[in-house]
Amino acid sequence: MTSASDAPDRGFRLSQLIYDTRYRSLTIQVITLIVVMGAAGWLVDNTIQNLRVLGKDFNFGFLDNRAGYDIAQHLIPYTNDNTHARAMLVGLLNTIWVSLLGCATATVIGIFVGVLRLSKNWLVARLMTVYVETFRNVPVLLWILVAMAVLTEITPAPNAYKVNPATGEANASMILDSIALTNRYTAIPAVSFERSLGVIDTALAPVSLNVLAIVLVLAGAIWVNRRLLAHASAVQDATGARPVTWWKSLLLLLGPLALLLAALGFQLHGPTLKGFNFTGGTNVSNAFVALWAGLSLYTGAFIAEIVRAGILAISKGQTEAAFALGLRPGKTMRLVILPQALRVIVPPLISQFLNLTKNSSLAIAVGYMDLRGTLGGITLNQTGRELEAILLMMLIYLAISLVISGVMNLYNHKVRLKER
Amino acid sequence: MSDTSHSAVFVRKTMLPPEPAPARQTGVSKWVRENLFSGWLNTILTLAGIALIWGLASHFYPWFRHGVWNAASLPECRQIIAARWGEGATGACWAVIHARWTQFIFGFYPPELFWRPVLTFGLMLVAVAPVLFTQLPRGMLKVSAVFPLLAIWLLWGGSIWPVVMIAAGFAVGYLVARILARWGMILAILGAVVAAVLFWIFVPGPVDAVLGRVLPIALEPVASRQFGGFLLAITLGAGGIAMSLPLGILLALGRQSDMFLIKTFSIMFIEFIRGVPLITLLFVASLLLNYFLPPGTNFDIILRVMILVTLFSAAYIAEVIRGGLAALPRGQYEAADALGLDYWKAQRLVILPQALKISIPGIVSTFISMFKDTTLVTFVGLFEPLKSIPDSIRADIAWKGTYWEHFIFVGAIFFILNFSMSRYSMYLERKLKRDHR
Repeated sequence: MTSASDAPDRGFRLSQLIYDTRYRSLTIQVITLIVVMGAAGWLVDNTIQNLRVLGKDFNFGFLDNRAGYDIAQHLIPYTNDNTHARAMLVGLLNTIWVSLLGCATATVIGIFVGVLRLSKNWLVARLMTVYVETFRNVPVLLWILVAMAVLTEITPAPNAYKVNPATGEANASMILDSIALTNRYTAIPAVSFERSLGVIDTALAPVSLNVLAIVLVLAGAIWVNRRLLAHASAVQDATGARPVTWWKSLLLLLGPLALLLAALGFQLHGPTLKGFNFTGGTNVSNAFVALWAGLSLYTGAFIAEIVRAGILAISKGQTEAAFALGLRPGKTMRLVILPQALRVIVPPLISQFLNLTKNSSLAIAVGYMDLRGTLGGITLNQTGRELEAILLMMLIYLAISLVISGVMNLYNHKVRLKER
Repeated sequence: MSDTSHSAVFVRKTMLPPEPAPARQTGVSKWVRENLFSGWLNTILTLAGIALIWGLASHFYPWFRHGVWNAASLPECRQIIAARWGEGATGACWAVIHARWTQFIFGFYPPELFWRPVLTFGLMLVAVAPVLFTQLPRGMLKVSAVFPLLAIWLLWGGSIWPVVMIAAGFAVGYLVARILARWGMILAILGAVVAAVLFWIFVPGPVDAVLGRVLPIALEPVASRQFGGFLLAITLGAGGIAMSLPLGILLALGRQSDMFLIKTFSIMFIEFIRGVPLITLLFVASLLLNYFLPPGTNFDIILRVMILVTLFSAAYIAEVIRGGLAALPRGQYEAADALGLDYWKAQRLVILPQALKISIPGIVSTFISMFKDTTLVTFVGLFEPLKSIPDSIRADIAWKGTYWEHFIFVGAIFFILNFSMSRYSMYLERKLKRDHR
């Protein structure tokens, strides 16, 4: 009989650091640490030397200097007398703004196309396949440039909208009498309030009390609606019959908002042509529209594929089982298919949002002033602080990405299959 | 007829000949009804689709049909179109592509040297073929091994000896590894790396000078600034793909590793790269890399960009492969351990073949997006085909105002290349598919 016994203890030998699995991982890690630290130290040392040779230093003081350049589109008040830090903030907000709008439109396009691509209609399914393959296989830069070229080369000049007194007609006509596409900007209606509540001036940006009120009322309405639905579910659990709620929900969600808007004197001002330009509405720069359209169409094609894959991933048995339980098609979709499909769809969807946000840095191609255009563009060129500007820019993009992927992880954790 | 008159009851004694199915249930009409007009919603969709196609076709077809292939300038194009199709007709001016297509393909590469990129491209197809299609003879892989260095020499030119020295360094490293292999894997790898690096540091300088004098084999050098068009895009794309796959595999293994430090460094690297837009990394390549390297170092812009593009796509590939690694059943790892395989053998023989197979679609789509992203190098001043080349062509007064021809031409080439890549990945997926039960 032999019995298991420990290897004879012959003391520690140096070769154990390589051959003994108990110590080997430690050896490797220590070597890695030394190599990485050495490399980092080498890079930092080089940078310090290079900065000294160039007579530069490393500080972010330039952010407090006067920027001295104009930004066409700014969501918060900005003049060229503001600091570089303010310009950076304007750029960051522009990045976030175009990303948010882009994500929303891309999602709508994606769901629409993804569902239609699964349609039994042969023609429509093929058309959507063509759309998806065309947009996915060509660089997004091309779509942004195409959108820009369409806007600047094909749309008429603003004065083409002028009505010719002799014929009573204009060379170009507005869409729905409220949107005018011109080769310099897109004129859209503007919103105003007759009985405005005013604005609070905070250090960062003025906050419109009107918007704040609308947001508050909407949030309240949604909360009350949730309570209503929870109550309906409780009644259903107790009695088996679900009270009809849709008209109450509709009233709850829209009623207070309509009342508030009426009380504030909500108005839409359509753009009108005065002289050579449109006034009265808001003139959105073509750079923004082109970037937005290019990003949405491109990302929409990817989202369409994600939606299609998500729906296909749910096996047919699920639908059949739901039908066997007596659920109607609408309820089957809402209660059985969608919750499962969303688990497949949402993670890649959010990573597409992330891609769109990062691709919005292609604003450089059309001259939209986003974070890269302000901090990584004009500020960088004016101050000559490449190192600080680019590092700061990367950190900000990194922070945005980490926030988005943090949200994704939370969601994944929430919808994870509870396995036993 | 006479039979039936004997009896009141009709009994058919012969089979009726089969009737053709009703017209509504066969052929085109059935297909059309089922696939295009099966309900009111479907009908509306079909009509909308037809309207869309008709709208696009009636809008764009004349433009294509009026296209002019031979002209010296855009105004001349317009004259020809007006003369042929009447005043006010619009048409494509393909003459700009006809006149400048070499610029789209080669950038500002010297025209008398075009044979070099063409030869490189041909060799690339030969080198890539055995990797893509396993049916081909394995001997062709030798071409694949030699190709990268040969391509560098063919594209950039100059003396052949530095390239030979690089190859010799690899050979020295390999030899040292073979000799040291009997004392263990780690020692062999370490020795090989040290030997190769020492070789590259000390040997090439003097040997190059001597060999260059004795055997002056050299091609006319071409500067990186002269590269452009699809030559540049494919150089960056292919170089990035070749270098990022091994790096991506290492990073993925690092991220899955049990060793805390290696795992942390891998995660930090991957998340950092994935968190920033490629454009900022390209700015690092063009503006910051000079800060990070010893004073006075200044190396090729294409190489700098390629390094950053490689790092960028390696991080994405690492995540794709990590998905593949995570999807493998635990039993595979345990079985490899039970067989007594060490870490690298287990990875090489058991884990990676399966994990890579699962990851193929993701890897290919990373490659596709990297190839598309090569267009961003326009913002660091390289002449890629999508923006820089058309801009430079439009700077010529003869072609000022040509937009759509460039977009369509470049877009079509990108589409063909990327679409074939995605079809190849589908083929591979089907071929490698095994039923996992």
